[in-house]
Amino acid sequence: MTTTTSPGAGGNSVSEGGDAQVPKGPNEVTVTIDGVPVNVPKGTLVIRAAERIGIEIPRFCDHPLLDPIGACRQCLVDVALPDKEGTPRPMPKPQASCTMVASEGMVVNTQNTSAVADKAQHGIIEFLLVNHPLDCPVCDKGGECPLQNQSMSNGRPDSRYEDVKRTYPKPINVSAQILLDRDRCILCTRCTRFADEIAGDPYLVLAERGGLQQVSIYEEKPFDSYFSGNTVQICPVGALTGAAYRFRSRPFDLVSTSSVCEHCASGCGIRTDHRRGVVLRRMGLNTPEVNAEWNCDKGRWAFTYATQPDRIELPMVRGDDGDLRVVGWPEALAVAAKGLAGSRAGVLVGGRVSAEDAYAYGKFARTVLGTNDVDFRARPHTAEEADFLARHVVGTGVPEAAGFSEGARGVSEGAAEGTGGGTGVSYADLEQAKAVLLVGFEPEDESPIVFLRLRKAFRKHGTRVFSVAPFTSRGLKKMGGTLVPTAPGHEAETLRALAGSKTGRLADEALTDGGIVLVGERLAQTPGALTAAAGLAAAKGARLAWVPRRAGERGALEAGAIGHLLPGGRPVTDPAARAEVAAVWESGSLPQTPGRDSASIIAAAADGTLDALVVGGVDPLDLALPEAAAALERAFVVSFELRESAVTAVADVVLPVAPHAHKAGSFVDWEGRVRPFERALSSNAVSDYRAIDMLASEMGHFIETRTQAEIQAQFEALGPWSGQRAAATATPATPVVSTGAGEFVLATWATLLDAGRMQDGEPFLAGTAPRTVARVSPRAATWLGVGEDDTVTVTGPGGAVTVPAVIAGDMVDGVVWLPTNSPGCSVYRDLGARAGDHVNVTKGGLA
Amino acid sequence: MTDTLTPVLTRFWDVPESWKLATYERHDGYRALRKALTMKPEEVLAEVKDSSIRGRGGAGFPTGLKWSFMSPPDGGPRYLVVNADESEPGTCKDIPLMMANPHELVEGAAIASYAIGCEKAFIYLRGEVVHVYRRLLSAVAEARAAGYLGRDVLGSGATLDIVVHAGAGAYECGEETALLDSLEGRRGQPRSKPPFPGAQGLYARPTSVNNVESIASVAGILRHGADWFKSMGTEKSTGFGIFSLSGHVAHPGQFEAPLGITMRELLDLAGGIRQGHRLKFWTPGGSSTPILTEDYLDVPLDFDSVAAAGSMLGTRALQVFDETVSVVRAVARWTEFYQHESCGKCTPCREGTYWLRQVMTRLEHGKGSQDDVDKLLDMCENILGRAFCALGDAATMPVTSGIKHFREEFEAGMHTPADVLFPLANSALFEVSDTKESSGMVTT
Ligand SMILES: Cc1cc2nc3c(=O)[nH]c(=O)nc-3n(C[C@H](O)[C@H](O)[C@H](O)COP(=O)(O)O)c2cc1C
Ligand code: SF4
Ligand code: SF4
Ligand code: SF4
Ligand code: FES
Repeated sequence: MTTTTSPGAGGNSVSEGGDAQVPKGPNEVTVTIDGVPVNVPKGTLVIRAAERIGIEIPRFCDHPLLDPIGACRQCLVDVALPDKEGTPRPMPKPQASCTMVASEGMVVNTQNTSAVADKAQHGIIEFLLVNHPLDCPVCDKGGECPLQNQSMSNGRPDSRYEDVKRTYPKPINVSAQILLDRDRCILCTRCTRFADEIAGDPYLVLAERGGLQQVSIYEEKPFDSYFSGNTVQICPVGALTGAAYRFRSRPFDLVSTSSVCEHCASGCGIRTDHRRGVVLRRMGLNTPEVNAEWNCDKGRWAFTYATQPDRIELPMVRGDDGDLRVVGWPEALAVAAKGLAGSRAGVLVGGRVSAEDAYAYGKFARTVLGTNDVDFRARPHTAEEADFLARHVVGTGVPEAAGFSEGARGVSEGAAEGTGGGTGVSYADLEQAKAVLLVGFEPEDESPIVFLRLRKAFRKHGTRVFSVAPFTSRGLKKMGGTLVPTAPGHEAETLRALAGSKTGRLADEALTDGGIVLVGERLAQTPGALTAAAGLAAAKGARLAWVPRRAGERGALEAGAIGHLLPGGRPVTDPAARAEVAAVWESGSLPQTPGRDSASIIAAAADGTLDALVVGGVDPLDLALPEAAAALERAFVVSFELRESAVTAVADVVLPVAPHAHKAGSFVDWEGRVRPFERALSSNAVSDYRAIDMLASEMGHFIETRTQAEIQAQFEALGPWSGQRAAATATPATPVVSTGAGEFVLATWATLLDAGRMQDGEPFLAGTAPRTVARVSPRAATWLGVGEDDTVTVTGPGGAVTVPAVIAGDMVDGVVWLPTNSPGCSVYRDLGARAGDHVNVTKGGLA
Repeated sequence: MTDTLTPVLTRFWDVPESWKLATYERHDGYRALRKALTMKPEEVLAEVKDSSIRGRGGAGFPTGLKWSFMSPPDGGPRYLVVNADESEPGTCKDIPLMMANPHELVEGAAIASYAIGCEKAFIYLRGEVVHVYRRLLSAVAEARAAGYLGRDVLGSGATLDIVVHAGAGAYECGEETALLDSLEGRRGQPRSKPPFPGAQGLYARPTSVNNVESIASVAGILRHGADWFKSMGTEKSTGFGIFSLSGHVAHPGQFEAPLGITMRELLDLAGGIRQGHRLKFWTPGGSSTPILTEDYLDVPLDFDSVAAAGSMLGTRALQVFDETVSVVRAVARWTEFYQHESCGKCTPCREGTYWLRQVMTRLEHGKGSQDDVDKLLDMCENILGRAFCALGDAATMPVTSGIKHFREEFEAGMHTPADVLFPLANSALFEVSDTKESSGMVTT
């Protein structure tokens, strides 16, 4: 060793020299790389061991999250292995460091210290460029391309190749979104391995051999995967491009912001890249504890909704003529304040808000409107669910959520030491679990990163996944999962007698030993089911977690944007809890009657019990309440909105709020982990909390939600709640309500890609969405006289849809599945039905 | 060395209907299996180990050792996979053997299966040879009907069965791990080692992959004993093997002889170089083994002596070229072969052979450039030992050995087409009307 590091220079404090080794752990081996000894856990690949000491070996096919393959041969190094006496014996030829496992006493010489390794690497780069078009100047990857970069760092300055290059017509579509330029491809198989291993969608494959080997799709079978965009991101050259970004920009013109996706409760870290005020692309941001390096296509490509022509940028009030007219902020606030003053108002908070926004809505309701009538659940919900959230979910964040802003941490840590049954299940817990039972939850559609983690758990740790659902979905297959067949509406029965069915017994046994129960928000729709799930978890000693669909729901729960809970899960009925909050809020007293939930707020507005509504980005259709339209029509409505909507169409005042890219804040993911995000674009658009603060001021209240810092200071001052959790109030287990007389029970959930408004303006993404179909059992198909792809008509109380049928092999007889909100099939609007309702099914067109 | 020729596997190829069970039984067929079944499996393995037979598929790894390196039995399946993909240019021993005497392979496979605890063996056959496929299928059917395969073979209690699988015709599928992937229904591309097939082979179970001739020879070893086998060949390359002479010899064909025989002796047996010509160069073991010249005629053809002479024994595919042959043209043909057969998995082989082929085509057409020869050598250096499997290494052998012995012919490629220096018609053993040369285009 020639380098010495004095303790003063930040090195180890040692008695002699400065080169003391970190002590070796029991499961570690010592290898020497370029003369530097390093201890690494057994099983570590040489290329990873080198990274530990800052030695970068060039590579293409290697990817730390994919299984090693050793195909590109770029990472060749010289290796010597100790013989019996311990003397290193050089191996006859250089070895691929990405497939070779470090072993005790191994001596590695990389390009830095071995002329042979260096020449080998130069040789590989030269070969890779033999058939490469060298069209860097017009390639999207130019400027951030591993091939370009490593050609500079580890390649020859010039090429000796003077023969004919292989060419292909370029590009070809492998899906509606993804284009492949085969001539740029270096056949590293990262994309095909991703598709096969990580996503479980092996529809991107290699075809042909030798010099004609190429990435390909099956005939007539596009690369349809919710995760396809990740292949674009990990392609080490510009061979795979997304149609949405192709030829739009050069990487060096982009400004990147670290952000968090607003589309679901998975909580993906993303990178938002913009140029001169326009977001051009989003990518997965490496967040090992959450989304690793991946995200889903919705998170990657669905961002143009915010720049549609119907975007609202200026405040508006409704004139006497019934039309909205643009006004200045002071006028809009004055009109809103006047309308709300002295009214009996309720607050509906959408599921897209940040935790800070939700906090402001909650505080506004209590301190300005003097009511607990606030609810973030813009979807079917129940009182049983509210109890469940209070008892088992709120305040059960992941303990290690540190590193985030202190204040925001308070949001989830409120009652981290809480007494609830499910304390902070994390992604890591899913990965290590022996068994996971899904109830009313389809991870691939409803929380894609949970799906990826469960698939990884299945592949790498043998986790057994069970699903209480009406049929085996593609997602369940990819998790190696087992179906516990259950018609919607019957989940509670299944859970109460889990061991009663064949596969249920397997689930019951598997859960006993380190199991996790994951319930989806849909489960609220079955009376008694959430209670039964909690009961099952308690009986089995299994852990319990709730996975909502929308990104803002968990944060809103923690922030107290729900009728019976104040921030941190403090029960509104608990005087001590109210006192704590009142002290921080510097408000005399807080309302103590638990508030109405969204449905009751709507009902009260419809019958005139409430006369005003404050609505923060809610699509009334999502509530699946027939009286929603009447309620909005009747009440004085203040709408905080991004774009024109069914609410702004009838609102009295419309206050524009900032789209995701224009604001900073935090989401709380399903784990209860706080996920702060930065503002990517600067503009004078304001986040909801700021607009609410202005409205409060106008009404003579100072609620101090002007800035994130103010809100954070209050979170901090509040600290965790250490008192009793809210007691159960609702009586669950009312029998299944059926609103129709049909022969079939409706099963439904929203597919990840569908007709949701937050996917507007991205036709390439829409092209990869699953087809709108109705799934029925084989027996039902026979009975209906339909074959695969024949149309069926599903009729509910509010109307009918006619869509192609797909025969799902193990669908529970008598159940029909439809996507909740896809093109040509909006279950709430078109059928007027919800999951568990009875509907009629007939052969297409016969209704 | 006692005898020049030692016909064992070839002992009755000329008998009518040599491929029938009855013929085989008349020639001691299935005696060895009966004997093996009276022994314990480990005794059979010990006998094969004791014979010191080295694999006949090219690399020469001791067969008994390979079997004993398999992971110990754990109650799950274990597999024997016979490598019958024979696709190496020049190599033509396994296919005639299976054609003329398939039962010797079936018997050997049954014995080998018994020794390693395998109940289901596979023969992975090169797909193009449909007639051999039929012979193997009917041999297996005959053996099964006669009770040599199936459940409780010959009342021993052992289950031994064979599945014959026809590949789709890829040279790379002869590489043992690519073969296993192909057999499992995947693309024929090699796997990373470790894990080796002995630990995780077919369907991730312990597997031994052995060449046709290696397995067929096991029958003889059991019939006559390890000492009989060792009495032939050299100390480190025991036994006999089929030597396949092709090209410019008077009588091309198969010569089963002890290992250690010399090329000079074999040429004598084959009637010498064709009339009026003299030897220019030859391959000892197929196109993947560096070419040798007249100077090496007395090298004993055993594994170690040929290696010491700078080449490899390989599959004893002795391709003979006389003075009419352009080395550049021959190497260009071989290079086209490797480029065409490269599986494409790894960069140096896929791109390297693509480049080599173009340079060789130019040299053949007299359109080489000044630094082509050095460039070829440097490219080969960047492929050899850098590729994922031995196919890439093999692709460099004809080029580097060709340049080593005949550099001036490569240099002539800078200005004079090979066909001018060595008109193709002079090399042909038959009338050629149209000298069809490589187009130089990739026509995979
Ligand atoms: C490109 C390539 C092709 C090969 N083709 C064959 C073949 O056709 N037959 C064969 O027995 N071995 C072939 N081998 C060698 C096998 O990988 C393996 O070493 C052999 O089957 C082992 O049998 P043995 O131990 O009986 O020799 C090939 C190897 C390579 C790299
Ligand atoms: S398309 Fe990209 S990721 Fe896929 S094999 Fe080619 S270079 Fe690799
Ligand atoms: S999984 Fe959820 S959070 Fe992640 S990118 Fe997709 S929609 Fe966004
Ligand atoms: S050397 Fe590489 S490309 Fe060539 S056959 Fe082997 S694995 Fe395939
Ligand atoms: S990075 Fe190691 S072989 Fe590709």
